[in-house]
Amino acid sequence: MRRPSPDRLTSLRDMTMQPTPIRSRPLYGTLAPVRQATRHIVLAEGEGASAVTDAFRGHDALARTSILFSPAPRSADRRPATDLASLSCEALHVASGVEDLLAELATTLSSATMGTRLYISGSEDFIGRARSEALQRGIDADAIQTEHRGAPTRRVQCVHCKGFTDGVAASPTVCSQCGLYLLVRDHYSRRLGAFMGVCIDAEAPGEIPPAEAFGA
Amino acid sequence: MTLSFNAETFRDDYTFANSPTAIRAFPFPFERDDYTYTVNIEQHVPGPVQSATEFPIHIDEHYVAEMQDRAITLAQDPLRCQSLPHMMTAEWDLVELLMTSMSTHYPETFTLTRDGNRWHWINRPLGLDQTFTFGDASTLPQGPMEYITRQCQGDFCLLDQRDDNLWMDAGMVTTQADWSLDFDLGMNFMEWHAPVPLAHDLGVFERALKFLLNLQQGRPVRRLNWTMTINPRLDTSPENYHRWGIDKASVTPENVGDKVHLRVELQALWRLPRSNAIVFSIRCYLIKMDELVTQKKWARRFHRVLASLPQPIADYKGLARFRDTTVAWLSRHDDGLPTSPGFAPD
Amino acid sequence: MSGGVQYPVRVIETEALSPTVKRLRLARRDGQALPPYSAGSHTVLTLDGGTRLIRNAYSLLGSTLAGGAAYEVAVLRSPQSRGGSAFIHDHLTVGTALNLSAPINLFPVNRTARRHILVAGGIGITPIAAMAAELAALDLPFELHYAMRDTASGAFAAELTARHGDRLHLYVSERQERLSVRDILDRQPLGTHLYVCGPERMIEGVLADARTAGWPESALHAERFLAPDGGEPFALRLARSGISTVVGEHETLLEAIEAAGVDAPYLCRGGACGQCETRVLVADGDLLHADHYLTDSQKSCGQTIMTCVSRLRGRELVLDL
Repeated sequence: MRRPSPDRLTSLRDMTMQPTPIRSRPLYGTLAPVRQATRHIVLAEGEGASAVTDAFRGHDALARTSILFSPAPRSADRRPATDLASLSCEALHVASGVEDLLAELATTLSSATMGTRLYISGSEDFIGRARSEALQRGIDADAIQTEHRGAPTRRVQCVHCKGFTDGVAASPTVCSQCGLYLLVRDHYSRRLGAFMGVCIDAEAPGEIPPAEAFGA
Repeated sequence: MTLSFNAETFRDDYTFANSPTAIRAFPFPFERDDYTYTVNIEQHVPGPVQSATEFPIHIDEHYVAEMQDRAITLAQDPLRCQSLPHMMTAEWDLVELLMTSMSTHYPETFTLTRDGNRWHWINRPLGLDQTFTFGDASTLPQGPMEYITRQCQGDFCLLDQRDDNLWMDAGMVTTQADWSLDFDLGMNFMEWHAPVPLAHDLGVFERALKFLLNLQQGRPVRRLNWTMTINPRLDTSPENYHRWGIDKASVTPENVGDKVHLRVELQALWRLPRSNAIVFSIRCYLIKMDELVTQKKWARRFHRVLASLPQPIADYKGLARFRDTTVAWLSRHDDGLPTSPGFAPD
Repeated sequence: MSGGVQYPVRVIETEALSPTVKRLRLARRDGQALPPYSAGSHTVLTLDGGTRLIRNAYSLLGSTLAGGAAYEVAVLRSPQSRGGSAFIHDHLTVGTALNLSAPINLFPVNRTARRHILVAGGIGITPIAAMAAELAALDLPFELHYAMRDTASGAFAAELTARHGDRLHLYVSERQERLSVRDILDRQPLGTHLYVCGPERMIEGVLADARTAGWPESALHAERFLAPDGGEPFALRLARSGISTVVGEHETLLEAIEAAGVDAPYLCRGGACGQCETRVLVADGDLLHADHYLTDSQKSCGQTIMTCVSRLRGRELVLDL
């Protein structure tokens, strides 16, 4: 049974006394090329490449597929890029990092037409950022598929200073911008591509419970 | 009736107070002596004279001070007022709804003169006199929604209707019970209610959404929601929670009467004509325990409700740190006599 | 409650737009203004049809989006009419009094879209032309495609040409002009939405072509004019009201309920909005679900029925009303 954690700020005290693992988060599926699509744009980060090869290897869709790949942060693993190259898709762009990939995505989508489908695979924070960027470029939400591969790390927005912290693996965490200890709430914004982080010790300064890692 | 306005604050020295008239107009939300959870949606039709629901939009003695407090909040955090670009038509619909209602029901305070698209708006307590072209945003000093909601008590959210869902695509939210417009902007009805425990499993939101998707022009609805706030603070936002959260630990048996407030939201929803959007208004009313117990019936009833509130609900509403202290204080004002039916004071 | 706010109006102008389409202009009897509305809205007209009360839903035209003095609707004389549209054509004249419901929109423009493709067939032009008027007023990009049998039946063609110029594309089947949806859908930028209204077969064809071209469901919008067909008569019992009656062969379930004096809920009277969903207590026979609201599994389990378009083939239906 799904057990929603109490999430209003006013119930933080109870969460700090008895930390509840966060149970709900965006649902991810398994990539499956849509046959009717006129064009496929694939975004992969790190281990996300394996979801792409699983879904697309040998598929007719490859002739109409552009893949944008970024290695995982701080990873020197060349294998995913090599695997993607072996698919022989229409175009493969290996970016230097996520920023570079997202810039390339913006260019690609600016000339894209209806019938285009988007596929995103990688860490949770990557999926969140990439989907948020794509939605801003006008693609319909139901033209996007996502599959989670790699670390269960999250992108968190601090509700107090509005700063984003990427690669968050556990709650509470420290805001990379303002330094407050944040509870990562079970509340996710597709627009921002991030979970909400809220000061965890506002009612009892200094009472910081031990961090709990997010489940895979 | 000529309104007079209090000089008072909702922060720092917290001088907010209700007059006896305002106390009697308070939308006390409990109809029975024990706590029952109900969605309690009803038609937003005129209530008794001098009550919070006498008119569709209620302006009272706190008007000027609330608008000053909103201006302070916005100066510190402009993201409390946001609107996605496709919501401009809904913004104008809101201007029409609020200006029409305010000037019709408080003609000595507000005046609206319409000559085709040429509109003239006078707001006497805030000293504003504005001529503008309805539909042309360049003729107002701010966006249409921001302009009028800087002049109307209550938070306002504009919900776009598409894909058989409602989307929180614009709003002015400075008096919220701990939810963030900036974070929830662009979410659909299910997404922005995601944090609420239990109700999803009961199908409450599916039914509420179905109901609202068919909400009709000219048939607004309302409901009451409640929680409790320490100090008469309007801005209980998550953005500033690291500043006000500590107040919850400040309640003692000596200061309950002055510090602990019942916070009631009168929520109303209207279908807007040109945009087919829905405006969701959330008007916050605060009353301190010392004021509440001036009405014997409310003192008895609120004591009984708060004492019988199931723990999970108390936790969800964030009352855990001060509920027991407050119940003990209220017990001195409950002589055990029966209470009369209905919400109104005796 | 049912049907919402009603305005008493009278016909102030009628105009034959074609041999089969009549435009009505309706103003409030008390002289007050009517509210503005959004494109795609409809209204339910209630009028005294002599032997029965006629309640029909019509799209509100683009000419009166701002509300004010009057609303306009266009009524097609339907060959299969059970009397509603024929009655309006034959008996409604300037001065006739009737009631009009506040506007309801079940076919709105998606305001987040970046471009709009509007496709209409026949009388389906009424909500589509209103969308064109709204988008033109907001200066948003759109194209309008209007298919008709012959020029005489293209009730709004001249007016729309004058108004929208080369954004309007006409297809007259008499002249062998075919609407090619695939060509229209090709190379549309991301964020384009498609709207279609017309005969059921046309709607299905357009939507199928869009799906084949890879368009996602959320970009596709259609409004079907569901005119309930009638059928064999059956007995009806309303359990809570303790009323027994008969649903006649040219009568809908909802009309029979109303004729029996029960104020049942409704909004669209076309099987789309879900407002008239009613609990079935006993169905001695087969439920003929004709709505677009219930899911297939809800239809097959038969616990509820949409009274505006669905009926029973059998002996007796007992409803929780």
